[in-house]
Amino acid sequence: MSTATETHRSVARPPEFEDTHESIRILGFWIFLTTDVVLFGSLFSVYAVFRNRVALGPTPHQLFSMGPVLAETLILLTSTFTCSLSLYAARSNRLKGAVAWLTVTLLLGASFVFLEIREFAGDVMAGHTWHQSAFLSGFFTLVGTHGSHVTIGIAWAIMLVLQLMSGGLTVTNRRKLYTFTLYWHFLDIVWIFLFTVVYLLGIA
Amino acid sequence: MTMNPWILHLMKRLFPPQVLLPDIIGIDIGLTIAAIAAIVFLTKTKRWGWLWREWITTVDHKKIGIMYLLAALVMLFRGGVDALMIRTQLIAPHQHFMSAQQYDEVFTTHGTVMIFFMAMPMVFALFNAAVPLMIGARDVAFPRLNAISFWLFAFGAILLNISFSIGGSPDAGWMSYPPYSELMFDPGVGENYFLLSLQVAGIGTIATGINFLVTVLRLRAPGMTLTRMPIFAWSALITSSLILFAFPPLTVALGLTMLDRIFGASFFTLGHQGMPMMYANLFWIFGHPEVYILIMPPFGIFSEVVPTFSKKPLFGYEAMVASLLAISILSYGTWVHHFFEMGAGPGVNSFFGLSTMLIAIPTGVKMFNWIFTMWGGRIRITVPMLWQLAFVPTFVVGGATGVMLATVPADYQYHNSYFMIAHFHNVILGGTVFGLLSGLYYWWPKMFGWKLNHRQGVWACLLFVVGFWLTFMPQYFLGFQGMTRRMSSYPPGLGWTALNFWSTIGAYVMGVGFLIMVYNIIWSRIHPDWDTTGDPWDARTLEWSLPSPAPEYNFARIPQVHSRDEWWEMKQEGRTDEVKISEKTVHAIHMPRNTPMPVLLALAFFVGSIGMVFEWFWLAILGGLGVVAALAYGSFANYSEKEISRDTILQTEAQLGRLES
Ligand code: HEM
Ligand SMILES: [Cu+2]
Repeated sequence: MSTATETHRSVARPPEFEDTHESIRILGFWIFLTTDVVLFGSLFSVYAVFRNRVALGPTPHQLFSMGPVLAETLILLTSTFTCSLSLYAARSNRLKGAVAWLTVTLLLGASFVFLEIREFAGDVMAGHTWHQSAFLSGFFTLVGTHGSHVTIGIAWAIMLVLQLMSGGLTVTNRRKLYTFTLYWHFLDIVWIFLFTVVYLLGIA
Repeated sequence: MTMNPWILHLMKRLFPPQVLLPDIIGIDIGLTIAAIAAIVFLTKTKRWGWLWREWITTVDHKKIGIMYLLAALVMLFRGGVDALMIRTQLIAPHQHFMSAQQYDEVFTTHGTVMIFFMAMPMVFALFNAAVPLMIGARDVAFPRLNAISFWLFAFGAILLNISFSIGGSPDAGWMSYPPYSELMFDPGVGENYFLLSLQVAGIGTIATGINFLVTVLRLRAPGMTLTRMPIFAWSALITSSLILFAFPPLTVALGLTMLDRIFGASFFTLGHQGMPMMYANLFWIFGHPEVYILIMPPFGIFSEVVPTFSKKPLFGYEAMVASLLAISILSYGTWVHHFFEMGAGPGVNSFFGLSTMLIAIPTGVKMFNWIFTMWGGRIRITVPMLWQLAFVPTFVVGGATGVMLATVPADYQYHNSYFMIAHFHNVILGGTVFGLLSGLYYWWPKMFGWKLNHRQGVWACLLFVVGFWLTFMPQYFLGFQGMTRRMSSYPPGLGWTALNFWSTIGAYVMGVGFLIMVYNIIWSRIHPDWDTTGDPWDARTLEWSLPSPAPEYNFARIPQVHSRDEWWEMKQEGRTDEVKISEKTVHAIHMPRNTPMPVLLALAFFVGSIGMVFEWFWLAILGGLGVVAALAYGSFANYSEKEISRDTILQTEAQLGRLES
């Protein structure tokens, strides 16, 4: 091993990148995310086509209100930040910090899902089920798919917390935390598109 | 005795009149007897443990490849029987061998089985069997995920295949266009079976795409740069990336239809401003790339078979790679050619017509490359080569009729006629299936350790090819004469009778060809012609430097690659001893351990899907919980590796005669 690579090494790439097995899994996860991009892309295009097909139901303008959606947005953005803090703690070898911030992240995620379900329930109570129009079908499905991704993320985070607490900062757990943050950031980006395309354009 | 009304209701749901036809009951009885016989056999010979340890829980790509292959052959049989039923009905005017309803079910199952449960798994069979070996890897990137893919496919296939005897088959065609596929017009559980089975298998397919993309990108032997990689590995790389972009839109199309049918959404319905055409778009954004997913691997296979049996390096390697890439990119810009009649206007239609025709150019490049590879070579007519030679003219005709279909005004005539049926069978049978069978004969010795009998293989191929031309050439003319697809019977006096008759005869000839192939396999199994050299064809790529079948860890020592056709170069330069090992060069190898998690996960998907099909939501939730449990188990059960010790490796290799003397 030449000294050049030695010094390169000492700039410390995170262990999950150095380990061949784990770095292959990270690449695999990136590729999985691209398929998820295509999935959301398809749902977005369905929504875009169906936006004005409101039949006898409400228009986007009538349906949406900014308050809860803004709250959801703020919560999710904050959770992305705490998620990064968890990774940062792990990278500085602080197990407790990693676990704590991950727990905060999943709690924020849970409150996001709670607000979303409340919004949906309100719509349904008002008689606006997805049966009513193609627009509502597209809306509930697009936003709901994002919401169920967040829910899956929460389940994943719970398992990760347990694994971190029992196994500590092993290479495998570091990789899992890293891929989890990738996933969480991805959901955040999708939400920003959702917020713009569905809510902002809908209310405007 | 009075029956409990609840049970009565259940029985009616499981066995509606649709599945109580005498022939179906006959098949049910036959299958039940076969299943009992299999169980008795496994118990008597005490093979359950063996089945569980060696196959069901395996994560070895070689074994998974074998399972894919056998499953695909079974599905080829099933789809073939459907095809013969269709052709029997059409042999003469006014036949009522089947009712119109049953006819619909049979052609739907035929198409679905052939595309999703025959061609796709056979592609994956050959990827698994050959790709890791030819790039010098010990397994795929994610062995356990590979097993998950297989079991999701297997349970998806079971789901579709039980529909005809439990609950009723789907009947809306392999593309299942709404509004017909909506609840309003197509009640019953058949369509649900279609949606769920493709969804389950589709998840597995996406996973396979990820797996082989990473495998080819990251697990190549040292020295094997991308431009030294065998074309079949290239085709795996490109097919995988096509899968990643093509399957999510299918997931969405199927998912939204399911929401419509089971949960009352209004995506593709006629009322509530639903939009059936949106489904057609989503489906074909998947569907057109899908046909290239099916043809790229055969292109790769031929690029291995032709150089081997011409004793020449592949002509135009770079052009081969470039044309594969070009086709894969173009294939995303053509989907509208499946519905020029939708009324998108001349501008849009011209664009998609042109982009479709453009694909013929890189395809032509490949044709010429194979022909120039053969040119001046020492050609050996083996069975794999015979399939390739049969492929060249068939695929040229199929491509040419494709270009005819891409001519927008003309397509207003051809669309959904037998001309189009003939086109896609020309390319899918004459391209994909011929190619996969070529690959099957080529890699068979590597997979099983014995060769398939040559003479029988030649007969199977000849009959199949003759039957193929006899079946499909008349169908072009039927199309010209106005016969449309999916007619369950037709009146006399339209000039269709003789053409249909010969088409049916051709189908039976193909059926005989298939039976000979099965005979060929069974005969060769009983009278094995062992491949002791590991290189029965005098071939060129790394998989042939290994014994047949390869040991569990494939390469005792990972080879160093210096050129394309590395194994051929080694043979030319007398370096073949490089693959042997000595006490000094051998190290312990870590391999993934077997695990029951994949099959349990897929089983949970299956249970949940049954719940969705019959709208028993408690069962669907149970299945969902099972999925979560299996995933959690997989995450927590330390997915450890086992070590194969130096001694074991030395012993194995010594037995194979691969120790340096
Ligand atoms: C030069 C290459 C090709 C061209 C120009 C071409 C063109 C077309 C066109 C325009 C159609 C639509 C016809 C209609 O619905 O009226 C079509 C249908 C079809 N093609 Fe091709 N094609 C080509 C190659 C292939 C290949 C390689 C495959 C598969 C391996 C394939 C499979 C199919 C299938 C499955 C359908 C019809 C599906 C259905 O409606 O059920 N084609 N093709
Ligand atoms: Cu197409």
